[in-house]
Formats: sequence, C-alpha cells, structure tokens
Amino acid sequence: MKIDIIIAGVGGQGNLLASRVLARAALTAGLEVRTSESIGMAQREGPVTSHVRLGRGLSGAIIPDRAADILLGLELAETVRSLPKLKDEGRVVASTVVIRPITVTLGRSRYPAEELLAYLREVVPGALLFDAAETARRAGNVKAANTVLLGALSTLDGVLPFDHEDLLAALVATIPAKLLEVNRHAFALGREEALRVLEHRI
Amino acid sequence: MALQVLMGNEAMAYGAVEAGVQVAAGYPGTPSSEILATLARLSRNMGFYAEWSVNEKVALEVAAGAALAGARSVVTMKQVGLNVAADPLMSLAYLGVKGGMVVVSADDPGPHSSQNEQDTRLFGRFAKLPVLDPATPAEAKAMMREAFELSERTGLPVILRPTTRVCHACQEVEVAEAPYAPVRTAYFEKSLDWVILPRTAAKKHPLLNAKQETLARLFAESPFNRMEIAGRVGVIAGGLSDNYVREVLEALGAEVSLLKIGTPYPLPEKLVVEFLRQVDRVLVVEEQEPVIEEQVVAAAYRQGLTLEIVGKRGGFVPREGELNVDRVAAALRRFLGLEAFPVAERPTPPELPLRGPVLCAGCPHRASFYMLRQAVRELGVDAVFNGDIGCYTLGAFPPLEAVDTCLCMGASVSMAAGMQRAEPGRKHIAVLGDSTFFHNGIPGLIDAVYNQTDITVVILDNRTTAMTGHQPHPGTGRTAGGEPGETVDIPALVRACGVRCLVEADPVIPTAAMRALKEAISFTGPAVVIMRHTCAALKRGGPRFTVNAADCEDCGTCYRDLGCPAIFLEDGRPSIVTDKCAGCGFCLRLCPSKAITRVGTAS
Repeated sequence: MKIDIIIAGVGGQGNLLASRVLARAALTAGLEVRTSESIGMAQREGPVTSHVRLGRGLSGAIIPDRAADILLGLELAETVRSLPKLKDEGRVVASTVVIRPITVTLGRSRYPAEELLAYLREVVPGALLFDAAETARRAGNVKAANTVLLGALSTLDGVLPFDHEDLLAALVATIPAKLLEVNRHAFALGREEALRVLEHRI
Repeated sequence: MALQVLMGNEAMAYGAVEAGVQVAAGYPGTPSSEILATLARLSRNMGFYAEWSVNEKVALEVAAGAALAGARSVVTMKQVGLNVAADPLMSLAYLGVKGGMVVVSADDPGPHSSQNEQDTRLFGRFAKLPVLDPATPAEAKAMMREAFELSERTGLPVILRPTTRVCHACQEVEVAEAPYAPVRTAYFEKSLDWVILPRTAAKKHPLLNAKQETLARLFAESPFNRMEIAGRVGVIAGGLSDNYVREVLEALGAEVSLLKIGTPYPLPEKLVVEFLRQVDRVLVVEEQEPVIEEQVVAAAYRQGLTLEIVGKRGGFVPREGELNVDRVAAALRRFLGLEAFPVAERPTPPELPLRGPVLCAGCPHRASFYMLRQAVRELGVDAVFNGDIGCYTLGAFPPLEAVDTCLCMGASVSMAAGMQRAEPGRKHIAVLGDSTFFHNGIPGLIDAVYNQTDITVVILDNRTTAMTGHQPHPGTGRTAGGEPGETVDIPALVRACGVRCLVEADPVIPTAAMRALKEAISFTGPAVVIMRHTCAALKRGGPRFTVNAADCEDCGTCYRDLGCPAIFLEDGRPSIVTDKCAGCGFCLRLCPSKAITRVGTAS
C-alpha cells in the first residue's frame, strides 16, 4: 500500500504544515513516511510543491509524473500547474482561490481564472473544488485554508490510510496551542463544505 | 528509541548528538541550514557548544581547533560555502585530526537555491578526504554517527554530502532517548606534527595518499554499500539515485543486479570489481558529476575487464540538473531496451500565470532598491548596481531591476571596486546584506578604502540572515542557541575600516533615505550607506493601509513601480490586501496624491 500526495500552492499558504500533518498521521498509523518540501530562495509568493508519500517499502521522496493519488491544491493556478503529477484516476481536492502574482499586476502575464477552473473540471471530473480561503475566513483566520482543505480531504472515502479523527489528532499535535481553536473550527468547516459540495454534485 | 518524522537536516543533527559531538559550527546556506539550527537548539539542554560563524572558513577552523584537542566536532555549510572553506580544508587533510570531525557540505542539484551545481564529491577527491553520500534522512543520520568513528579511525576529517532531497526530505527516524554523552577527551597535546610547516606537509603527504587505500578497503565492508546480484545486467547507483533506481525497477518489474554506493570517494574498488565480474553490462546512475562512473571505468581497466560501462558517458544519465524517477526511468528503459509507456494525452492547459519568488510585502529591501534608483535618477548619474547573495538578489526582477551583477557572497563590494577601475566615469554601487557584510564584505571594503576606490556600498541591514531562515549573526546580539551575545556594531566596524563617508537611514522613510543615498553617492571615494529596517517576516502587528479611490489619480507608483505583493489591481484600481500588508508604510509615504491612508492596526 502506497499513497502519493502532491500539495500545490503559493509560498506562505501553509503548504509545509499540511505536509507535516499528513506525515504525522501516517506515522501514528504505523506507516512509513517520505516528504519533500521547497525551502529557501525566499519562497514567499513563489510556487511551492510538497511531495508526501505514505505506505510501506518506500524509496525516494519525489513523486514521479502521472503517479500522484491525490492533488491537494491550495490555489487555482498552482493546482493546474501540478496536474501533470496526478495519475489518471487520481483525486483532486482544491481551493478555487486566486492569488494573482505581481507579474499579472505588472501586465507581464495573464491569469485566466475562469478558463483554468473550466479546464480543471474537464480534466478531473470528480474534483472537489471550493473557495477554502473563504471557508477559513469564516473559521476565524484566512490563513487556515490549509487546514480547511485537510478537513475536506478527510471526507473522501477510502483514500487516506487513516480516518478524519486521526488526521485531526495529528493536526492538534502539530500546531501551536494558541491557533488550536481556529484550526479545529477550520477542519470541521472544511469537512462540512466538502460534504455539501459532494452532495450537490449527486 | 522513539520514532519521529524528521527532516534530513534534523536527522543529521540528532546523529551528531548521539555520537557525542562537543563543538558544532556553521554558516547558513540552503539546503544545509537546519542542521546547525537543530544543533543550536539541542545544545542548550545538552551542554555542547554550537555557533553560527561569520563564514564557512571560520566555521571549519573552529571545528578543526576542537578536533585537534580531541573533541568530536561538526561543521555545516552548502556546496558553495565549501569553496570559502577550501583553504583550511585542503591543509587540514594533511594535518589530520584527533577527535572525530565531520564536514557536512550539502549539494543542491537542480539547482533550487544556489549559484551553481558543483559536486562536493569532487572536492573530497581533490582534498583526498573520504565522502559519505546518503540516500535518505535515516541513512544520513546513520552516516553522521559512522563518520565520527571513521574520522577517528583514520585521523582525517570526513565529508558528509547530503543533497537537497535528503536535507529537505522528511522520514520516520529512530531517535535515541539515552542522555547525551559528549566525547570529552579535549586536551591539545603540543607537537610539531600539528604545525603545517613545509617539512610537515612533505612528511604527511605520503601518509595521506596511503590512507586512500585504507579507506577504499574499509569502504568495501561498509553497510552503506550494498550488492544484490540478480542476473548479468547491472546498475550501480550512487547515494540518492538508489531510491530512484529501486522505484523504477519495481515499476518495470525488471530484475537486474544492483550495487548501491554510499561511499563515492574513495571508491571501494574491491567491492566494485566483485560486482563487475558478475555482470556483462553496467549502467552507472548518479546525480551531478560522473564521480563513481569514472572510478568504475578505471577499476575495470586495471582489472582487464572489458564489459560495457555507460552512464553519463553514452548520454544515458543527464549530467546537469536533478535526477528523479522519470529521468532515471528513461535512462533504464533505454539501457534495458524497453519501449516507453504509452500515456494518454491530456488537453493542453490554458495559459498559466508567471509566478516566481518575490520580496515579501513590507520588505525593507524593496524600499532600499526603489530609493536607490530614484536617488541615482535625481542625481543624474550613470550607475551600475553590483548585487550579492541574499533575499535582495530578487531585486534583479521587475519592477525594481536594481541588481546588475551577482557572483558570490561579498563579491558585490570587490566587483564594484574592480569595475570602477575599468570604468572610472560611472558610479559603481555595491548592495549587500548585514550577514553577508560580516561573511565576506569586510575584506572588500578594507581593500576599497586602502586603495581609495570611488564606490558606494549600501548595507541592507534587516537585523537577520533572512533568506536561509533568520539565523542570528554578529550584528544581532544573539547567539545560535538564542542567548544574548555581544553586538558587533556595523557603523563602528565600517568606520574602523577607514570609511570617511558613512550615512545611515531607514529605507521606508523616503526623505531620509534619499538624503543619505545622495550624500554617499555624491561623495568621491569609498562611501557606505547603512539602510536599517527590521525584516518584515520578523515583525508582527503594526498599522494597515487602504487606497481611497476618490483621491487616487492612478499614477501606478504603488502597484507598478514597487511590485509589492500586497498591492494589486482590483477592477483597474489599486487595492491593498490587508491579510498580506506588513504595515511598512512605504507606499503611503510615496503616494503622490496622498490617496493611501491608515485603517487601523493588525492584531
């Protein structure tokens, strides 16, 4: 059993924390863990991709192309940018939030948000998509969007090798005490939002 | 033993602690920084010594001093840092050590965060020092422990060379719960053997050469090398590449004989020859330079073996950039004569926005670069901006475009000085950070003063080493372990170098910054400007701002000229994202139509 997860986002969105929480949950479940994160070169506002591999008999930390079981996307364009990592039957849980880089403000590139969203829906028909930043804001802190998405991820049946309570326990053990309540709330709202989106789709 | 998810860098630090390290030193550099950061954190409770040194050469010499006294020591740096430390390293190989000493030099194939892709294993060969090359965080920890033993057994410093995907990968790792037991044999026994006089070097050189044979023999028995025979086709994988090879073989279901090499220099020739005798063809897979491959070819020739050996040679394995499963799969498929998998095409995605790292919202360097360009424009001088290594290298990108050169740490100052000799008619400006100034900026400044070179040096003092994770330096008044240290005063240091024109300003206060920059740039001879403002990532709270649409004349200064990621266009009008704004207030002070106002304070 091996589960490969790609977490795609923008520097400063809490990509690394999400990766560590998944790793901790896997360790508690008695699995081997490999993660690889982007660090350095002032990662703020740059694209950040974490690789998380859980299971047994693991080798390296880098997920090959077209091999990821799950793509957890913290930002719309970065989710699309990481799609080549996803296997054909892979699942996508992603925030539709748009973080426009300064190249767009400067007129040096375009951010065709609607086209990107339509593309994502076309290529991954079962993708679970919603604005996690907005959900996090409702939970009390826009920066908890990473936790919202972990909550959403935990609603998918038979995808993760541990249940949502174990994932929440790993989250609680990872984050500082003063941020605990906001994150518990964000995790719960993420689950709620995901279940609502899934229900609407059926 | 307790199982923990650790980053490779943390795992190596725990390995050193379990080995009883007594002195640790380093200079931050991605991907190596968290090794010393972890050691510094652990040092407080465990009572060993850890420091951030001003540069890698100093760090290596601190560790060498301790090792000569019999203590176990470790020094950490990145690959380009090893160049700075090359001078003491080369001679220390001759001098030798008494206590175990490990030199960790982290390589950055890719490169992800570096000026080059140089291969530390070649440095090991150059210095005639053994190199250990880990495949995983857990192995990196085991190698760290073993490296101390090996160092004491051979009397040589040992190089541990992890790469980015070991340093910044996490894995479950066993951490010993036993109390820290330092190897306290520290007593320096005086002898001329420790003085690298020409006759000492001449005497020790044959001993150093003889040790190469000893090391190759020891490595033939090392658990970090592993041979698995399964047929007449073979693969030799170096370090991290072993992971990729195993994963590809598993996916292909291919049976090949595999030799994993964790000790690339000196190559355990006996083991390699034993492997070569059992196969007809061999593919050597290793990242960066063909260090193992060339030694394998030489070993085969010496043994009269005529089998096919390919790798970088033959173009199977790329010589540039990082390896991964996909690149190794392509090499192995071609080597094994397999067809490529047909992969279902996906539609081409829409155009994706260009996104790269930028200076943070509220970063004082943005203000410094902006004011620097303004000052030069207002003075009407033709200027070259020599940049340096740090967050501020990002000032090269639009819209700031205020970094014209960048070579290595401290080079901004000396390159500006050299350029001034070639182009005396222009103004040559050097821009570097506070940590970089301590690292290697000071000698360049002394040179410029001594030779009375007409340059302006701008020190961007944000009170930290920001890019690598906010390590303290001599200007911060804090030591590696977080205790108060003595503060080395940058202005006093600049004056002591003999600089006669020294001005200081806060870069986010435009009037003061402009006055300071104009004064220094107009001065004939070496002048220094210190732009002091704390790193935005270290500040919490502060005021927040908004753009009043009624007053905004859409001049574009705030969104087009600054490139602040907190300011963007919303329906064609500039807008400030409160969640991102760091409250520096530079845009408010700069806005010509006074359209930016304060809207409260962040929590």
